[in-house]
Amino acid sequence: MKIKLKIWRQESAEAKGGFVSYDLEGVSKEMSFLEMLDYLNSTLIEGDEEPVAFEHDCREGICGCCSLFINGRPHGPAGETTTCELRMTQFEDGSEIVIEPWRSRVFPVIRDLIVDRSAFDKILQAGGFISANTGAAPEANSIPIAKHKADEAFDAAICVGCGACVASCPNGSAMLFVAAKVSQLALLPQGRAEAKKRVRKMVAKMDELGFGACGNIGACEAECPKGIKISHIARLNREFLRASI
Amino acid sequence: MTMLDAKIPAGPLADKWSNHKNSIRLVNPANRTKLDIILVGTGLAGAAAASTLGELGYNVKAFCFQDTPRRAHSVAAQGGINAAKNYRNDGDSAFRLFHDLIKGGDYRAREANVHRMAEVSNQSIDQMVASGVPFAREYSGYLDNRSFGGVQVSRTFYAKGQTGQQCLLGAYSGLIRQLARGKVTMYPRRDMLEVVIVDGEARGIITRNLVTGEIERHSGHAVVLATGGYGTIYYLSTLAVGSNASAAWAAHRKGALFANPSFVQIHPTSLPQLNDYQAKLTLMSESLRNDGRIWVPKEKGDRRHPNSIPEEERDYYLERRYPAFGNLVPRDVASRAAKERCDAGYGVGDTGLSVYLDFGGAIEKQGKKAIEAKYGNLFEMYNKLAGINPYEEPMRIYPAGHYTMGGLWVDYNLMTTVPGLYAIGESNFSDHGANRLGASSLMQCAGDGYFILPVTIGDYLAERFRTPRISTDGAEFDAAEKEARDKLERIMAVGGKQTVTSFHKRLGRIMWDDCGMVRNEAGLQKALSSLSELKEEFWREVKVPGRLDQVNQELEKAVRVADFFELGQLMCRDALSRKESCGAHFREESQTPEGEAQRIDAEYSYVAAWEHKGEGSDHEFHKEPLKFENVEIKERSYK
Repeated sequence: MKIKLKIWRQESAEAKGGFVSYDLEGVSKEMSFLEMLDYLNSTLIEGDEEPVAFEHDCREGICGCCSLFINGRPHGPAGETTTCELRMTQFEDGSEIVIEPWRSRVFPVIRDLIVDRSAFDKILQAGGFISANTGAAPEANSIPIAKHKADEAFDAAICVGCGACVASCPNGSAMLFVAAKVSQLALLPQGRAEAKKRVRKMVAKMDELGFGACGNIGACEAECPKGIKISHIARLNREFLRASI
Repeated sequence: MTMLDAKIPAGPLADKWSNHKNSIRLVNPANRTKLDIILVGTGLAGAAAASTLGELGYNVKAFCFQDTPRRAHSVAAQGGINAAKNYRNDGDSAFRLFHDLIKGGDYRAREANVHRMAEVSNQSIDQMVASGVPFAREYSGYLDNRSFGGVQVSRTFYAKGQTGQQCLLGAYSGLIRQLARGKVTMYPRRDMLEVVIVDGEARGIITRNLVTGEIERHSGHAVVLATGGYGTIYYLSTLAVGSNASAAWAAHRKGALFANPSFVQIHPTSLPQLNDYQAKLTLMSESLRNDGRIWVPKEKGDRRHPNSIPEEERDYYLERRYPAFGNLVPRDVASRAAKERCDAGYGVGDTGLSVYLDFGGAIEKQGKKAIEAKYGNLFEMYNKLAGINPYEEPMRIYPAGHYTMGGLWVDYNLMTTVPGLYAIGESNFSDHGANRLGASSLMQCAGDGYFILPVTIGDYLAERFRTPRISTDGAEFDAAEKEARDKLERIMAVGGKQTVTSFHKRLGRIMWDDCGMVRNEAGLQKALSSLSELKEEFWREVKVPGRLDQVNQELEKAVRVADFFELGQLMCRDALSRKESCGAHFREESQTPEGEAQRIDAEYSYVAAWEHKGEGSDHEFHKEPLKFENVEIKERSYK
């Protein structure tokens, strides 16, 4: 099939960016979305143009490298899907596809579609861990954890840190990302000892970095490729409140 | 040729590690702060090592090519992590785990290392649970276990199909804690290009900053590589597309021997190739084989829909050939059996290159809900990628390049043949012999990173605290930087017409056809000559656009592919020199009348370790003889 691509090109963080259009023929429905971009890049290179820089690695939806706003939606039109899992079957012959980098002030563009998401690591660094030194751990089964709690912690822990929540939020809030980690560790007895300190520090860091406030809009939950629930934000708020009094 | 000494401690197998820990040198806590350790690669092994070394007080400089350690390819391990906890009271123990691994590795692994890995496995689980890793639990609140990949006990801990992600994030959380304390400094978006050797010892690395293109120098008192495997040499593999061998190869060029390079595990349950544009093959966890049954039609070229092929016309070939283990035979056996059926014309799908993995019976017996609880996310993933709903019809699967048992040769302390240069996790060769058992990769990475390297490296560093901080101004750094820069400039200067990817695809095809699941003399010879032609063509025809001083993803790929040509040649030479079949290495010339792998212990019970002798020269072959004192060597039978 033949598609029309409108892609954000920006040579470097300092350079001014803009959309460039490409007509791409010979696209197959069997391609994944990123394979379509690979194909575009091979035609660009053969035509003496520079390929489009985009991030990707595992190509099976788990590393969180891939991003992209596709036709105005993070990770494209399919629900609970990362861009690398997206297939070209989602698009019609002749359609126009607009591809942009994540929209967030806190994730500046590095080149083309690659953005700098190191702000996420800074938030985690502020407290997204349990201070368990290697060697000090007790026997793993010494603390039973109710299955429903462990499962809920797991449901939060599967966050891949892609940044779709921030990119989709009109306020550019990182609450779902922060909530996923706070909630995971708050649900586990191992994480309780540092729970108050953790939530205060992570929220403070999130605010300091310039992420927006949560307006309970729910775009983050709708666009999260891992289906992380906004109820974790409620737990974050409870934890934060409890830590503040 | 020399005989290599792995420096295995004396004493009974079960006491070796304790004795060794009791006798090696320690570094005084006050002196650890004077020591810098460079750590390349921050997957499970690297992140675990970084956090532990940081806690001990060393200054760690950690490097990765991703934007954050959270994304390292450990993240993709699905099925689980083994430990000899014996929570199921099914007769498990460190010795039994050791025994299974030695047998599974087809008697080509080093006893002492494997036993140590089994010994520390329990501590790794403790450590991870303490770090908040949400492993699956039973209703009692205690940890759940499952049976996994070719063993008869349930010793695998798991977090649905995302065990690797959860283990990595646990180790990463330890690493960032040390970042916050200032004991670890993180250098993301860096490719390591060279190791710097000063006075015969590893003292630094040269990296390329993947954002600015800057070539950088970093120094330390020791260098640890945790850079993973090289399965991407096949182009299509289950690995992340960025996984590469370049750091390990740079170490190899500087004197680190490369061991058993041809030992590559081909995973039996991957999605088959669907089209020519495909960039990778997605793994479907082998835990699926616990409930799924593998079959092909009994009739050649039967094109009926799988659901309309009656039970009696299906060939459950694994159950037929291996009644004792059935669908749970180890990976190498399952992969070859699938290839055998497809090559014989019984394969299914458009290409005839796939087999069915069927859950129909399991769903009927256990109910959809039970199957969903175990494999829900895997079924979803399969449905997304292949457009087939596995609840309603069988999955189609085919083997794919997956894990490299081969890697840098290391001694018992995990040190390579270059003093001060260590290799941990998949980047070394030490623990899996000729075939790795499922759920053992995470186990090795965690053990190496948390409990082994942080102890053994002390033995080397004990005297180095007197060495002042190493300057990056010396002649050795100048020379290494020049070497790195020259190589990059040489690639940029080719100015040919063909893309890097087109070369990688052709390279992958050569390796897959002749140095993949099945090898023979003629094929390997052919591959060697095709590789040298292709390599020559690469250096004449490759086209890398852009500049050195900017984000240049084509350049990153080109460096990796250039190294893969050389590694590919070494893999073929290694496969040629081992005229026996063992584990994943199947030489057609060495098989039993039933078509099973035929080991030749009298001649090949050794580790082959290859020494780089400079560009254009042949590698020199060295041997580490393997002694088996604690297991009885048997034919590896799963019948």
